[in-house]
Amino acid sequence: MISFNQVNKRYPGGHEALKNVSFDITEGEMVYLTGHSGAGKSTLLKLVAAIERPTSGSVLVKGQNIRSIKREAIPALRRNFGLIFQDHKLLFDRSAFDNVLLPLQICGFDPREAARRVRAALDKVGLLVREKANPVALSGGEQQRLCIARAIVNRPGVLLADEPTGNLDVEYAHEIMAIFQSFHQVGVTLVISTHDEGVLAKFPARTLHLKQGELQ
Amino acid sequence: MNTLREHLRVLRETLQRLAQTPGASLLSILVTGIALSLPVGGYIMLQSMQTLDARLGTKPQISLYLASGTSAAEVGKLGDRLRQHEAIAAVEFIARDAALKQLRQSTGLAEVVDGLTQNPLPDAYIVHPKNRDPVALEALRNELQADTGIEHAQLDSDWLRKLEAILDFGRLAVALLAALLSFALIAITFNTIRLQILTRRQEIEVVKLIGATDAFIRRPFLYFGMLQGLLGGIAAWLLVSGMLYALNTALGELARLYASSFVLQSLSLADSLALLVFSAYLGWLGAWFSVAQHLWQIEPR
Repeated sequence: MISFNQVNKRYPGGHEALKNVSFDITEGEMVYLTGHSGAGKSTLLKLVAAIERPTSGSVLVKGQNIRSIKREAIPALRRNFGLIFQDHKLLFDRSAFDNVLLPLQICGFDPREAARRVRAALDKVGLLVREKANPVALSGGEQQRLCIARAIVNRPGVLLADEPTGNLDVEYAHEIMAIFQSFHQVGVTLVISTHDEGVLAKFPARTLHLKQGELQ
Repeated sequence: MNTLREHLRVLRETLQRLAQTPGASLLSILVTGIALSLPVGGYIMLQSMQTLDARLGTKPQISLYLASGTSAAEVGKLGDRLRQHEAIAAVEFIARDAALKQLRQSTGLAEVVDGLTQNPLPDAYIVHPKNRDPVALEALRNELQADTGIEHAQLDSDWLRKLEAILDFGRLAVALLAALLSFALIAITFNTIRLQILTRRQEIEVVKLIGATDAFIRRPFLYFGMLQGLLGGIAAWLLVSGMLYALNTALGELARLYASSFVLQSLSLADSLALLVFSAYLGWLGAWFSVAQHLWQIEPR
């Protein structure tokens, strides 16, 4: 599913974010990505989603090499993923409902079917009653859950989450992890970057630990 | 079906976007309309002058004024000679009395004519040459001028050629104006769309992250440019029609005084459609350039 082989990533300016990283993630697996901030967790996730390209080595995602993937092929690749960002990346010019609708609009869904799916996704994260609210009006935890709803509405096979519980209270964090766990149970591949020890202890899974760009 | 629905959705959103900032939208539509109305107005002037030209007949003819006092027998002989001339297609005789009558009727100079004690007009032949080539016409005129029975031979296509030359000049001026203002419109749309792309930068980044294709991201901007161009075209049409109405009202009075029925023609259906399609196309083109220039610079990080 996701396979890194001797991957190096050097940013313009010389910063080496990843050094000789190799690992495999099989379909349906749940994997944590841990390490201090600046250890390369975000860079690694960006490589998987083809937001960045490796400097050397190969990153294979669903059989496609990110290093040489054509620009035109990237949208189709990204539709396999649900991306969850630490800063949510929600759009504040539209309602919660419309935020979650966006991935379905991109795929050209039938509006009625799309509305049904959006409500199902919002229900899943417990935000159905807030569907008309603007994301600005939502709390940090609600925004994070809205971001998750948007990531899952398209029923992707892979969820990539960058510090999903980063700025949240323990209670919220556990709520969100419970949601992830439920996806894991239905066969979704999950890659979650975190430095939250409490989460790791409560929801154990395979862990990839990064230290200054190297896999430990 | 899927694509049609998507296009309708984008169209609806674009209309909403235009309606969200009514002042700014109206202003840019008006600017587009005014810019377009200039060459369109010029075009209509030319068009109207051309019909004037057509009404007077663009076929060249040579008027032959006979010396006064020429006898009827000589006039008849000259007529026979002309009819037999190989370069002449048709010959028309206008007797001096008939000519005076016509003058009295057609130009509103009745009082002047009535005041004349005798008819000052000569008998005349109007000759329709076979060859329309200006050089051949000139040669024929010279040949006829040399004929003893003819006092003056006048090539009537002269002033038509001058009018034609003026119209050509006008056409070029209108074409240049149209080209210049088209560029201006493309530039205006380019800039409008550039600003839109910048303000919607975050949205573009997000939709790229969740798998939007370039076509999907481009579409709303292209629609916006096209719609703004189309509305500008409609504004231009309304402006031109309004101006024509006002001008024709004033012109009616002027034309009546000159005993003419000259009016500025309104835009034909085909011309109106061409205007709308062209203005929409210009808007689309400006948006397209802008999107091609700016969209690739926005990549999610």
